[in-house]
Amino acid sequence: MAMSLIWTVMVGAAILCGLATGNGPAVAKGALDGAAAGVELCLSMMGVLCLWMGVMEVMERSGLARGLSKLLRPAIKRLYPDFARNGKVMDAVSANLSANLLGLGNAATPLGLEAARLMAEHTPGVASDGLCMLVVCNTASLQLIPTTVASVRAAAGSANPFDILPAVWLASTVSIAVGVTAAKLFARVWR
Amino acid sequence: MMDLLFTMLVPFLMLAVALWGLVKRVDLWTALTDGAEKGLKVALRIMPPLIGLLTAVYMLRASGALELLGEAVGPLLSAVGIPAETIGLLLVRPVSGSAALGVGAELIETYGPDSLVGRTAAVMLGSTETTFYTIAVYFGAAKVGKTRYAVPAALCADIAGFLAASWAVRLLF
Repeated sequence: MAMSLIWTVMVGAAILCGLATGNGPAVAKGALDGAAAGVELCLSMMGVLCLWMGVMEVMERSGLARGLSKLLRPAIKRLYPDFARNGKVMDAVSANLSANLLGLGNAATPLGLEAARLMAEHTPGVASDGLCMLVVCNTASLQLIPTTVASVRAAAGSANPFDILPAVWLASTVSIAVGVTAAKLFARVWR
Repeated sequence: MMDLLFTMLVPFLMLAVALWGLVKRVDLWTALTDGAEKGLKVALRIMPPLIGLLTAVYMLRASGALELLGEAVGPLLSAVGIPAETIGLLLVRPVSGSAALGVGAELIETYGPDSLVGRTAAVMLGSTETTFYTIAVYFGAAKVGKTRYAVPAALCADIAGFLAASWAVRLLF
């Protein structure tokens, strides 16, 4: 429902504003370009997606994911009490978290999507508290070294492109803490 | 050296997993291809929401709505400590990762990488994610329509991230 509303508002605002500013034709072209871009993006990430699902399968069959998730599991269990006893979900969630921390976005996404799919099997069509928490954690940035941003700063001639790291860690920590707290609070009142 | 290390992290990880798989006597090749087959299914599942969302984002970008909104709420941002110049970044950050990088890079170039605005833009980029894109992909893959409080909770994290980025730069530099 939320996505339906957001989408309708976005399209409506674009058309109204486009007409008001005389950008109507550009909006019409934007719709066609955007649809094509959706397909292009999906196709361009398909290769990496398949590669990492393959690597993940090896991790799973060799028991590596299990070892990795053990390290993160105590913290994760407290975040996802409803899925604490579901080994498959905990494996995917903890591997997703560690990939996010290392900034391996391309690795984190398939892991997170697998966790989301497994979680949704228990409550088809409706986001459970666990799924909401997973989404909130993935919409916050956990990346320890933001390499893309640092390279942009270096290109612009920064004296020390990595001097923003402490500020990034501070801001990320505040952001994720607020997100997790909001999710936990909303879980109590939202039906 | 640091850059190379992080650039090479993905291939190193692939090799490490492959070696571990061989040590554990897993049928490596079958596992890889079976996993890739699952990946194809995931890609097919996320394509429809991706098309819908990018269509709306491109229309919004073309309409000039983002600029108009920036002029309207700029003074409000300054009042809470967020540099008004970053309004464009605040608005595109949750909906488009590439657009946010473009807007952020432009801010960093224009105001200088070591200026208040340039640093704030960089920290904002590094401490937040493409929220709506992530939400669309995750709920699309899970085939979930009733998202309950996921969107408001994620937006709370975003707003906190933008505020904290602005304050952290003022505090640390």
